[in-house]
Amino acid sequence: MSNTILRMHEISKDFSGVKALDGVSLEVERGQVHAICGENGAGKSTLMKVLSGVYPHGTYDGTIEFEGAETAYKTINDSEADGIVIIHQELALSPYLSIAENIFLGNENARNGVIDWNKTNREATLLLARVGLDENPATKILELGVGKQQLVEIAKALSKRVKLLILDEPTAALNDEDSDHLLSLINHLREQGITSIIISHKLKEIRKIADTVTIIRDGRTVETFSMRGEDATEARIIRSMVGRPLDHLFPPRDPHIGEEILRVEEWNVYHPVDTARKVVDNAHFTVRAGEIVGFAGLMGAGRTELAMSIFGRSYGTNISGRIYKNGKEITVRTVDDAIRHGIAYATEDRKKYGLNLIGDITVNVSAAALGKLAKNGVIDRNREYATADSYRRSMNIKAPSVRSITGKLSGGNQQKVVLSKWIFSGPDVLILDEPTRGIDVGAKYEIYGIINELAAQGKAVIVISSELPELIGMADRIYAISEGKLTGEVPRAEATQEVLMHYMTAGKG
Amino acid sequence: MTDTLTQQPADLHPAKPRRRMRIDTRQYGIFGALAIVVLLFQVLTGGKLLFPLNVNNLILQNAYVLILAIGMVIVIIAGHIDLSVGSVAAMVGAVAALSMSQFHLPWYAAVLISLLVGAAVGAWQGYWIAFVGIPAFIVTLAGMLVFRGLTLVLLTRGTISGLEDPFVAIGAGSLGKTGNPDLITLLIGAVAVVGLIGMGLRTRRTLKRLELPREPAGSFWLKSILVSAAIMAIAWLLANAKGTPVILVVLGVLILSYTFVLNRTVFGRHVYAMGGNLFAAVMSGVKTKWVNFFIFVNMGVLAALAGIVSTARADSAVAGAGQNFELDAIAAVFIGGASVQGGVGTIGGAIIGGLLIGVLNQGLSILAVDAAWQQVIKGLVLLIAVAFDIISKRRSGGR
Ligand SMILES: Nc1ncnc2c1ncn2[C@@H]1O[C@H](COP(=O)(O)OP(=O)(O)OP(=O)(O)O)[C@@H](O)[C@H]1O
Ligand SMILES: [Mg+2]
Repeated sequence: MSNTILRMHEISKDFSGVKALDGVSLEVERGQVHAICGENGAGKSTLMKVLSGVYPHGTYDGTIEFEGAETAYKTINDSEADGIVIIHQELALSPYLSIAENIFLGNENARNGVIDWNKTNREATLLLARVGLDENPATKILELGVGKQQLVEIAKALSKRVKLLILDEPTAALNDEDSDHLLSLINHLREQGITSIIISHKLKEIRKIADTVTIIRDGRTVETFSMRGEDATEARIIRSMVGRPLDHLFPPRDPHIGEEILRVEEWNVYHPVDTARKVVDNAHFTVRAGEIVGFAGLMGAGRTELAMSIFGRSYGTNISGRIYKNGKEITVRTVDDAIRHGIAYATEDRKKYGLNLIGDITVNVSAAALGKLAKNGVIDRNREYATADSYRRSMNIKAPSVRSITGKLSGGNQQKVVLSKWIFSGPDVLILDEPTRGIDVGAKYEIYGIINELAAQGKAVIVISSELPELIGMADRIYAISEGKLTGEVPRAEATQEVLMHYMTAGKG
Repeated sequence: MTDTLTQQPADLHPAKPRRRMRIDTRQYGIFGALAIVVLLFQVLTGGKLLFPLNVNNLILQNAYVLILAIGMVIVIIAGHIDLSVGSVAAMVGAVAALSMSQFHLPWYAAVLISLLVGAAVGAWQGYWIAFVGIPAFIVTLAGMLVFRGLTLVLLTRGTISGLEDPFVAIGAGSLGKTGNPDLITLLIGAVAVVGLIGMGLRTRRTLKRLELPREPAGSFWLKSILVSAAIMAIAWLLANAKGTPVILVVLGVLILSYTFVLNRTVFGRHVYAMGGNLFAAVMSGVKTKWVNFFIFVNMGVLAALAGIVSTARADSAVAGAGQNFELDAIAAVFIGGASVQGGVGTIGGAIIGGLLIGVLNQGLSILAVDAAWQQVIKGLVLLIAVAFDIISKRRSGGR
């Protein structure tokens, strides 16, 4: 008997005239980990939403066979009943409910509508043990980091007797440690006979975990090949994804470092709720013109908090310290002050802090620098469109036009809109928080090129990244942060993963 | 690069007609609803609804809904709500009447004071909402009680009536007539039509030049012709009644300027940005507190204007004035396509929604429908209109 658990045949899907999928076929073997790779906007997430009934039967063309039977899911509940569970690119847990409540949300252990808490907590504990999460099931989700939330999502999937687990960029927001844990969990599930489909832009992970990989480009299947073979390398995936080989991961750069632009001294920040807790502890750092400075740290080390507190006190309470711009002390009390002083901060959380998701590309690109496009408070719409369009082209944002709603763009393309917005604000100091999160390999290269270009124009660039190779490949100097303290400053020549890791874990118990 | 690859599939499968259909149904939705309601009442009232004098009265009697809807749509786009506008209108009406009857101020001073009182009320509520951070729902619920109470205090000696003529003219007068039909009214109608089509054409030309997607020409012209016909029909009816109502001129100015403010100014953009994603707006440097503050100051001024207009129209200030004004305005805004989550809405939509409410008010009162049933019907119309909008969006959208 054939061991194919899933057969998607000639799937096409269009969104009011825009073809997202154009005859994709996909076959997945039972008990395997099947990876799907492709550029931003290739249609990976859409394909999985078709599979899981997010887009109901009848809104797409083509056929889907699961365990030999043709499916016609109208809702996610239908697909879950068959054992197909999808964990979306954006996690979907309810922050104020407990782990146990989230696991059984919509699927409560109840009799006559009354929840059996003993059973709920008992089963939740078992499920947490299966995913290797050592937390009390009564803990609220908002107290967990992303890594642990991801595990709760998987526990939730397991509670539904999952046969086919779909993970859409599960490790995009995770640090290396959490990613490793997640990957070994997927491995473990494979041993228990659970099939997984995993979408990721981190090719190293794909090589580590996938049995088979399917490449999608522009809504079509390019090829499917086994990752067990000799030639199954990252380069092979890239070639297939991008349509050409990518020789270098980082574009060449010839740094011209000038005067100091930004200096931060004795910077202290306290947690906004737990006001006794110091989140940033006496930080000192400088950035020069034309310099790319990296900030390395583990999840929760305080990198984002440091950046946001500098950016107009967007984070934290009781902030103290001094900021110097071009040698002169400046006061930055609001985001508006920061922008006026030429500081820009491109957030790591594009949905929450980065984009007006119901607005189009135009209004998002211009949002932080409307003043540049307005005279006496009146916006010049023509120039605004033209500006957005020039970014659409130069950043290679895949969208039918600049009037496309950003909420409907693929994750990576949304990221490019956020970057465009801050580049357009014309800053002297550009702080990029995880600028390549969710971005495909080809586009990463483009973004590195853009960052280099900005530095070449004499801007000071700060890059916060959880991917050490990225920092090592780009930065002229790297600061390591551990538990809110700057624990090390490493020049390019000395930067290795080992050295950085040493500082990043300094002072940890 | 991959661009050529990207574009090929779209060219091979021209799915454009479907996109057109979608735009059409969405845009005609509110117009269609308005047309249906007008036709329905025209039939039910045996043609009385569109008697020239009744059209004149419809506008005079419902101007307050339109004025309030303009302010309310901004409030709602920004993600707030204002429940106090009815009470504010009543209080301002009392202030205006007192200024003239008690303090013997000229009518224009009374108007000015009234508007200032409205601004002060708006600043008061805006302060709590914007700077203290209390939800608008709570602040304006409190305001609803406070200002209703103050109205009663101001009118302890009872209803004030017999106001100055020029003041009454704001709410009840017209520009005067040159004959029958009145040529000035027809001319104003014609100018409005030409202006509307001209602006539409200009937008289309810009979009074309920038190679951005635009409404298909057929749909644009169909819509323009229908709207023009409606405007000319109303102008014709008014020209055969008392000529152009003063308040219509005021409304026209308000509609034009607020459409401009929302679409073209930085302030308007900030309102949409805050409604779309407040956090993202803050992180883009929008001074959200001040924007919120001004939204409510503006609402206060427009509520005051609504109060002036309805007091003038009634030629008296009564303690019970402005009852349910807030509900009419809020209903108008939602019927006009605004979103409860904020970030979506237009002045044009709110005006059409307001007209729909106005036609309902007028039609039901011509039919002498009992007040109790009037409420039932208005409630159901709101529900159906919004349900229709949501369902049509769901059907055309991806999910
Ligand atoms: N609801 C929607 N409405 C309109 N277009 C959409 C919608 N959802 C997706 N698209 C379009 O379909 C295409 C494929 O999007 P999809 O999210 O599947 O990409 P992806 O391969 O997951 O990309 P990424 O790696 O960036 O997450 C994109 O061009 C996107 O703009
Ligand atoms: Mg995706």
